[in-house]
Amino acid sequence: MYELIVIGGGPAGLAAACEAWDKGLRRILILERDKELGGILNQCIHNGFGLHHFKEELTGPEYAGRFIQQLQATGVEVQLDTMVLQLIPGTPHQVHCVSAQHGYQILETQAVVLAMGCRERTRGTIAIPGERPAGIFTAGAAQRYLNMEGYMVGRRVVILGSGDIGLIMARRMTLEGAKVLACVELMPYSGGLTRNIVQCLEDYNIPLYLSHTVTDIRGHNRVEQVTVSQVDENRRPIPGTEMVFDCDTLLLSVGLIPENELTRQAGIPMDRRTNGALVYENMETQVPGIFACGNVVHVHDLVDYVTAESQRAGAAAAAFVQGAEQDAASLPLTNGDGVGYTVPQSIRRNVDKAQVMFRVGRVFHKSRIVVRDQAGNLIAQFPREHMAPGEMEQISLPKVLLERAVGGLTVSAEEVAEG
Amino acid sequence: MYDVIVLGCGVVGAATAYQLARYPLKVAVLEAQNDVANGTTKANSAIIHAGYDPEPGTLMAKLNVEGNRMAGEICQKLQVPFARVGSLVLAFDEADLATLRTLYDRGVANGVPGLELWDQSQVRQREPNLSQEVKGALYAPTAGIVDPWQYALAMAEVAVTNGVELHRSAPVTAITPVEGGYAVTTPKGVFEGRYVFNATGVFADQVHGLLETPDYRITPNRGEYYLMDKSQHEQVSRVIFQCPNENGKGVLVSPTIHGNLIVGPNAQPVEDRHDLGNTAQGLDFVREHATRSVPGLNFRENIRNFSGIRANSTRHDFILEESPNHPGFFDLAGIKSPGLASAAAIGKWACEQILEKETQLEPKQDFVDQRTHVVFHTLSREEKNALIAQDPRYGRVICRCETVTEGEIVAALHSPIPPHTINGVKRRCNAGMGRCQGGFCGPRVQDIIARELGLNPCEVLMDQEGTYVLTGETKAQGGKAHV
Amino acid sequence: MKNLICIVCPKGCHLQVDEENGYAVTGNSCPRGAEYGKTELLHPTRVLTSTVRVEGGLHRRLPVKTAAPIPKELMFEAMEALNGVTLTAPVTVGQVVISNLLGTGVDVVATRDMK
Repeated sequence: MYELIVIGGGPAGLAAACEAWDKGLRRILILERDKELGGILNQCIHNGFGLHHFKEELTGPEYAGRFIQQLQATGVEVQLDTMVLQLIPGTPHQVHCVSAQHGYQILETQAVVLAMGCRERTRGTIAIPGERPAGIFTAGAAQRYLNMEGYMVGRRVVILGSGDIGLIMARRMTLEGAKVLACVELMPYSGGLTRNIVQCLEDYNIPLYLSHTVTDIRGHNRVEQVTVSQVDENRRPIPGTEMVFDCDTLLLSVGLIPENELTRQAGIPMDRRTNGALVYENMETQVPGIFACGNVVHVHDLVDYVTAESQRAGAAAAAFVQGAEQDAASLPLTNGDGVGYTVPQSIRRNVDKAQVMFRVGRVFHKSRIVVRDQAGNLIAQFPREHMAPGEMEQISLPKVLLERAVGGLTVSAEEVAEG
Repeated sequence: MYDVIVLGCGVVGAATAYQLARYPLKVAVLEAQNDVANGTTKANSAIIHAGYDPEPGTLMAKLNVEGNRMAGEICQKLQVPFARVGSLVLAFDEADLATLRTLYDRGVANGVPGLELWDQSQVRQREPNLSQEVKGALYAPTAGIVDPWQYALAMAEVAVTNGVELHRSAPVTAITPVEGGYAVTTPKGVFEGRYVFNATGVFADQVHGLLETPDYRITPNRGEYYLMDKSQHEQVSRVIFQCPNENGKGVLVSPTIHGNLIVGPNAQPVEDRHDLGNTAQGLDFVREHATRSVPGLNFRENIRNFSGIRANSTRHDFILEESPNHPGFFDLAGIKSPGLASAAAIGKWACEQILEKETQLEPKQDFVDQRTHVVFHTLSREEKNALIAQDPRYGRVICRCETVTEGEIVAALHSPIPPHTINGVKRRCNAGMGRCQGGFCGPRVQDIIARELGLNPCEVLMDQEGTYVLTGETKAQGGKAHV
Repeated sequence: MKNLICIVCPKGCHLQVDEENGYAVTGNSCPRGAEYGKTELLHPTRVLTSTVRVEGGLHRRLPVKTAAPIPKELMFEAMEALNGVTLTAPVTVGQVVISNLLGTGVDVVATRDMK
């Protein structure tokens, strides 16, 4: 019987396991489906990680490496190449998994941290018309080929979606000798970090077409042509605006989806907006003893925030195992104007402070984040110079403010008039 | 000289080979593509129709009902995923209700067992997610859902293990009469056979044209589909049709045998028989019509679109006949819907043509009518452990969405008709079939193929010739570190 | 006055750099932003991250980076230099792969262990 089983050995799982160890748990197991720890960071060889957590700029593998090293100094057990097939909540919880080394195992544990991460949206989820030749890759799949396996996936490339992975891949493909013809974004703003627009596209003169999308793909065998059209305010292609690119490759960076098949199967209540489990401020799901953190809860843009969130989950899992009492009373959070979702979705009343993460639904210039309670009382406000859907926002609500709140909290974003 | 040459290894060619393999005949199957069943067989509604649609007296009527029965037996014997879930044809108005009665009468005339006409309340009770506008339905309990690709592969594999030769990447470039038969030229050599079956699907008229001008034309007609996530599987529990019209059986909504939901098709005549594209208009049409049957379909849960080309022809029935001018040359052509449902019976019909001419033929005593096909995730826990103990590769999950193990992939790569492409593995093992569409497992499958078949990963194709995935290595130059 | 978006960290501050006034930077929220604004206009630099061949390791490529920013215009030349490198596992993180890359005084180092 374990005290804690962590499902997933990427940045979320590593941070949660290390933190639970630090807080005193001694029977911890990480189940990782890949042949090494580190998760997706291993293929994210670019820099920009760690500025918050380590106060220095690291590459993905370096960031993962530090946590792996930290983990190796603990007694946390790890099973690699192990696929979890089923999670059955209960006392204890049961984790069914399979591996070449141990066969089909049923493991029992007091607490579980879900840290399975996310997967990429595919061509199918956005139903791009056209033929179905080879040469269409999700950006992450191309990244793995390029950075870990050492293969090029194309020579002349169009990228759909301006999420960070797409932007990073535009630069990587260019540096490795491919010609990136265009980066195409459906929305009127980029989904990636501004710095990536600058150093991945502008540095290499790669045009970014906002409010455009791919409307046709030609090629019986390998991609030969991609048609790009402008879209109207309802995101419908405008006839007559077609541009045809002769290319052999289309990379898709059209969003990430939390990988929650295990969670759903286990009957853990989900949030339709995040596609992740509903969680409290300590990252506990609605099922006692089962916690979730990282991209499996909501898609992050900075791994540093994943780490912070996962440390909260790890600490809370340890507290659960050590028998900490939880206040049953909680404040539900709802998203007000301009806010797409919040994590957590509810806050227990007896906590010292609660971190609230969310994304805005559109671009905001000079603005403020406003937190009100159910009675309409202003609980807190936070000024912001700039907010965009591509950049996760985070606010901290201390106990004194939470105690003041009546009934529940609404988080909204408001533009502030200049002058 | 071969006794029989079968041109094409789609489901019809495979079914023909499967029947011929029972007799002491020297048989060659010539497939143009680099793998079997890569044409219409791989892209269709995956339905074994009950048989109430075709006009009584047609070949389609006879062979559909017979083929449906045979499909059940064959799938069970050869471990092909198949389930007789039944089908409903929906009526939305009085005219539709009249059509249902016509279909019911036709079905009875065709010998379709168990047909029932359901009223509105019966429909609602059994399929609660259907539109409230539905006024009644025709229920056909024998309709089934199948993995059409596995169905063709299974029959082809049994044929091959019983001595039939299969040559892939062997498109026919010439057919000439020779003494006692025909010479069929392909890039893989010239094959001479006493009898030839033309089962080349959408290309049947062109292939027939290599020998003589046929008196029919194939009029290729494309249908587009959505394949939805397993989350949508339980929208309906039967195959849901609308009333047929001049364009065919209309847009259907059906669970698939792999636990997804299939929605489509439209019907669009096309010139280019290789153009398997989707169009915005086609997909709009499918969405619009499908939601008429099942209003709650969530198209955001789509995981893949595809299209297939029906081998419609200028005739109104299947074209199963011997050339009057070239005895021994048979067409198995114009196999439009219900072609998949009829395939097994078409194969039997083909074999009977040989038996009529070769009256001395007796079935082989040593014909082995079975195959093994391990699907890890369907095994019990004890079976899984036993398998992993025997071969640890069954403990390594490669495709996470569909729980496909390395053991299954390796087994496929050493099967009677081994794949050598990523999609070849996908169709045999389901790796890459799921919601991530091979994003995670594609490179790993490619690696396993390269390792098992001794290829450079850059040589491993996605699918047919020309579908290269990788364009070369990074850091191709190599050299010494200058530290 | 030149408008720039700071790329020092993911925050993406909108900087104004006054070229006529000693490259004074406003709009930054940290000293590194001020430094970036000035450098970007005078002699822009970037950290290069890429891979080199590695033999006998868990993967076929080893991720590397320049230990400090190098002039932006040297990116493709630097890639050429990396093309000529093959390492043999094991490699440890921080190990120098190329010293003094293209005379910049900057080393290329491994960014992970490779067993």
